[in-house]
Amino acid sequence: MVRVDGSGSASSLIHVRGLDKKYYRGGEEIHVLQGLNLDVDQGDFVAFMGPSGSGKTTLLNLLGGLDVPSAGSITVAGDEITHMSRGNLTEWRARHVGFVFQMYNLIPVLTAFQNVELPLLLTKLSKTERRKHVETALGVVGLSDRMNHFPRQLSGGQEQRVTIARAIVSDPTFLLCDEPTGDLDRKSADEIMALILTLVKQDKKTVLMVTHDPQVADRADVTLHLNKGALVEASKLEGARLEGTRSEGVTSGGAR
Amino acid sequence: MAIPVVYNLRSVRQRWNSSIVAVLGIAGTVGVFVAMLSLAHGFKATLVASGTTDNALVLRAGANAEMNGAVTLDEVRILQDAPGIARGANGPLVSAEAVMIAPFPLISTGTDANVQIRGVSPTALEVRKTLKIVEGRFLQPGLTELVVGRNVAGTYAGLKMGSEVRFGGATWHVVGVFDAGGSAFDSEVWADAHVLNQVYKRPDNIFQSVTVHLTSPDAMQQFKDKVSADPRMNVDIDREVNYYSKQSQTMTSIITTLGGIVAIIMAIGAVFGALNTMYSAVSERSREIATLRALGFGAGSVVFSFTVEALLISFVGGVVGCLVVLPLNGFTTGAMNWQTFSHLAFAFKITPPLLLQGIIFALVMGLIGGLPPAIRAARRPVAPALRGL
Amino acid sequence: MKYSTLILANLFRKKIRLILTLGSFFVALFLFGMLAAIRGAFNQGVDVAGADRLVVINRVSLISPVPLSYMDKIRQIKGVKYITHMSWFGGVYQDPKNFFPKFAVDVENQRLVYPELLVSDAEWNNFVKDREGAVVGASVAKRFGWKVGDRIPIKGDIFSGNWEFNLDGIYHGKDAQQDESQMWFQWNYLEERAKDQIKGRVGWYTLRVNNPDDSGRIAKEIDEKFANSSYETKTETEKSFATGFVKQLGNIQFLIITIGSVVFFTLLLITGNTMAIAVRERTGELAVLKAVGFSDRFILLFVMAESLVIALIGGGLGIIASKILAAVHNPIPNVLPYFSVPNQALVMGFVLALAVGLISGIIPAIGAMRLRVVDALRRV
Repeated sequence: MVRVDGSGSASSLIHVRGLDKKYYRGGEEIHVLQGLNLDVDQGDFVAFMGPSGSGKTTLLNLLGGLDVPSAGSITVAGDEITHMSRGNLTEWRARHVGFVFQMYNLIPVLTAFQNVELPLLLTKLSKTERRKHVETALGVVGLSDRMNHFPRQLSGGQEQRVTIARAIVSDPTFLLCDEPTGDLDRKSADEIMALILTLVKQDKKTVLMVTHDPQVADRADVTLHLNKGALVEASKLEGARLEGTRSEGVTSGGAR
Repeated sequence: MAIPVVYNLRSVRQRWNSSIVAVLGIAGTVGVFVAMLSLAHGFKATLVASGTTDNALVLRAGANAEMNGAVTLDEVRILQDAPGIARGANGPLVSAEAVMIAPFPLISTGTDANVQIRGVSPTALEVRKTLKIVEGRFLQPGLTELVVGRNVAGTYAGLKMGSEVRFGGATWHVVGVFDAGGSAFDSEVWADAHVLNQVYKRPDNIFQSVTVHLTSPDAMQQFKDKVSADPRMNVDIDREVNYYSKQSQTMTSIITTLGGIVAIIMAIGAVFGALNTMYSAVSERSREIATLRALGFGAGSVVFSFTVEALLISFVGGVVGCLVVLPLNGFTTGAMNWQTFSHLAFAFKITPPLLLQGIIFALVMGLIGGLPPAIRAARRPVAPALRGL
Repeated sequence: MKYSTLILANLFRKKIRLILTLGSFFVALFLFGMLAAIRGAFNQGVDVAGADRLVVINRVSLISPVPLSYMDKIRQIKGVKYITHMSWFGGVYQDPKNFFPKFAVDVENQRLVYPELLVSDAEWNNFVKDREGAVVGASVAKRFGWKVGDRIPIKGDIFSGNWEFNLDGIYHGKDAQQDESQMWFQWNYLEERAKDQIKGRVGWYTLRVNNPDDSGRIAKEIDEKFANSSYETKTETEKSFATGFVKQLGNIQFLIITIGSVVFFTLLLITGNTMAIAVRERTGELAVLKAVGFSDRFILLFVMAESLVIALIGGGLGIIASKILAAVHNPIPNVLPYFSVPNQALVMGFVLALAVGLISGIIPAIGAMRLRVVDALRRV
C-alpha cells in the first residue's frame, strides 16, 4: 500500500518522513524537497513523474543511499539510513538496493556474466555459488545465451536486461530504476516493462521507478508526482489542476 | 572484496595508446637509471678486480698514487726479507715496478690518450696470480719487449700482438697478451722495469711501487707491522684491493652524481606522464567508477584498484626499460682514471640486483603517479557521475 | 585580442592537466639546461683556449718534465711573443675530496700569457715579492672561504712534506667561463725545496704568438729544434691540447646526446598524448564552434595556439630555472671548475620548446580541424 500523507505505519518496507533536501546552485539555495512523506510496502510498483528539475532523481538518490537529506528520515526494512556513516551506507546499499539506470552503466571491458557477478563479489559466496546466482539472473531476463558477450556486442534492450539481471542477482530489498526505458525504442521498452512487471508479480519485487513516459507509468500500481517538493498522487493532481495550480500535462491511469 | 583485477587489465589494454605513453616514460627513466648505475658499477668493478686480498701494495709514505711513489732499491731488498711473503721458485714474490704514462692514439677518436706503462720484474706474473698469458709469451728481461693487457689492442692503435711500436725514444715489440680478469691491468702495457728506466733516463734504483704476494690474506698484519717498525723504511702499506677501491671513488662519484641528477629529473617527468595518464583514465571512466561505488564497492576498493592499475603500467615500463638497456652489458667504453691520469677501459656491468633496483624505482614512480588520481576517483560524488555528468 | 580569452579559459578548464603538461615541458627543458651545463663544463678547456696560444710538452708523456733551459731558446723563435712555464704540484688541502689544481708558475710571465685571468697589480706585486706567496682563483677561494692574508697549508704528495703558502691575491676570469679554481705559487720556491726532484726542469711551457696563423710553423720549429735530444718536445695549439684531453675523459658527449634524445622523444609522446586527450574531450565544444561558423582553419590555429602557449611557458620556465640553479650550485666542484648554462643553450631551449609544442600540437589540431560537426555533436 502506497501512501504519501504520512499516515502509513512504521511497519512499511520503505518509510519516509519529513524529507527535506536543499542544495546550492550558482549561489542560490534551492529547496528541492520539502516535507516529503512516503510509505511503500513489499511488492509495490511505484512510478515517479514530474517536470525536469522537480527533484525526482534527487529523491531516488536519497532512497538509494547515494545522498543524505538536509532533514527528515528514511527507514528501509527497519534500518534508518539517514544518519549512517559512508562506509555503512555503502554496505547497506550493496545488500538492499538494485539499481537500473537509463544509460545502463555496464562496465565495457567486462562480459555480461562478469557485470552481473559484480554485486556478488561483495558477498561471501563461493565462486560456484556466485556462478549459480548469475546464471539464474541471466536466465530470468532471457539472456542465458549471451553470457560471455561484451556490452558493445549487445543491443540497447539486451544491455538494459543485463542491468536488470545485475540489479536482481543479489536479491535486494527493492529496485530503484531511473528512466530505464529512456534510451530504448518502443518495442524494447515494452519488453523491459514486461520483464519488470514479471518481477513484481511473480517474485514480489518492490520497484520504485522514475519515468517521463506516461505509457510506462501506466504499468505501475501507483503514479506519484513531485510537486512543490512533496509527493502527490496522480488523481489528486488532477484535482489540484482544476483548482488552478500550475502543472505539466500529466495523465495517469491512477492506482491499479 | 576487491574490484576484480581483470577490470584493470582489460581497461589498460583498451586505453593502450595513453597507457603506452606512461609505460615509455617510465621505461626511459629506468633505462637511464640502470645504464648510469651499471656504468659506475662497471668502472668500480674493473678497479676492484685489479686487487686481491692476498697482495699488498707498498708505496712511499704520503704518496696516494703509484705515480707519485718512490721506493728505493734498498727498501726493496728489506721487503724481500720480510715475514709473510710467499716464495716462488726463484725467490720471494716481490715485484718492484716503475709506473709511467705515455700517449697513444685511441682507435675510436684518433686523438691521444695516456696509457699506463708498467715496468715490471720477472716475478710479476707470479705475484699476480689472477693474470694469465693468453697469446704469445711473457717478456724477456733486458729486451725492449712488451706484453699488453687484453683491452689494449682494441683500444689503442699500433699495439696489437706482434707489432713494433716506437715510444720514449726506443722501438718495442709486442710479444704477448695477458688477461687480467676484467681489471685495470687489462688497459696496461708492461715492459721490463730496468729497460724502461734506461729508456726514459730515470734513476734505476727507484721504483714507483712494489707489489708483494702474501702467503695468505691473514699474513698482512704481520708483514705490515714488521715493515713499519723498521726505521729504514719510509713507506705506506695497503692491501692491493683497498688501494684500487679508493681509486675508483672519484670517477664513481662523478658518474653517480651526474647520472643521479639526470635520472631524478627524468623521473619527475615520468611521474608527470603517469599522473596524466591515470588522471585521464579516471576522467574517462568516471561513470564506471560511480557504478561500482553505487553497487557497493567502497572508496578503499576504488583507490586500491586504480593504484594497482598504475603499478601494473609502471611495472611493464620498468621491465621494458631494463630489457632495452640489457644489451649494453659488457659493452666496453673508456674513461680517464683521475688518480692515475691514464685511460682505463671498462665495461657496463648490469647485475640482477641492479635490475631489481630499476624495477623498484619504476614501481615507486608508478605509486606516486597512481595514488593521487586513485584518491580522486574515490572522492568524486557518485550520483552526478552516474548520469555521466 | 579576444581569442586569447578563449584560449586561456580553455587551458584553465582542467587545472591539474594544465599543471602536468606545463610540468612536463618544465622538466624536459630543465634537463636540457643541465645537460648543456655538463657539456660546457667538460669542454670548458676547449672553449676558453686562447687562439693565439701554444702548449709545449715533453713528447714522451704529459707528466715528463722539460728543461728550463729551453725557455730562452723557444723565445728566440720568430713570432713568439711571450712564454711562461707551469708545473703540476699535486698536493692535498685537508682532504683528497677538496681537490683543486695547484701549479708552480713563472711569476714574471704568467700574466702576460694569460691576460684573461685578472689580478690587481697591488696583489700581484705582493705575490712576486713573497717567496711563499700564492694566488688562487675566485671560485676556489669562495669554496673554502679564503681571504687575502690567509695561510694555506698543503700536504705534498708528489713533492713530499708540509707546505704552507700566504694568500697574496685572488684572480678573476674576464668572462664567466674561465677556470677560477687554480692555485699558483712561485716555481723558484718549489725548485729551492725540491731541488733533487726538479733538477732544473719544468712541467710544460705555454706561449703566445703574434699571429695565430703562424702557429703551425712555430710548432714545427720548436719540435725540430729539440728533436733527438734527451727531452724531445711536442707542441700544439692550446685548443688542440684541450680537445685531446676531453676526448680522453670518455664518451661523455655521446652519452649526453643519447640521453637528450631519449628525453625529448618521451616528452613528445607525453605531451602529444595529453593534447590528443584534451581535444578528444572537447569534441563537443569544438563542434559547436564549427556549427556556429568558425572556420576549419580557425580551429586548427586555436588548438595549435594552446599547445604553443603551454610549451613556451612551461619550457621557458624550465630552462630559466636550470640557468639559475647552475649559477647557484656546482654539484661536483672538485671535478668541474665551471658549471653554468651558456646563453646559447637558453636560446636553443626556447626554440626546442616551441618545436615540441608545434609537433605535439599538430596532430590533434588536424584531427580537430577535420571534425565533421554532425559526427561530433552526435558523439556527445
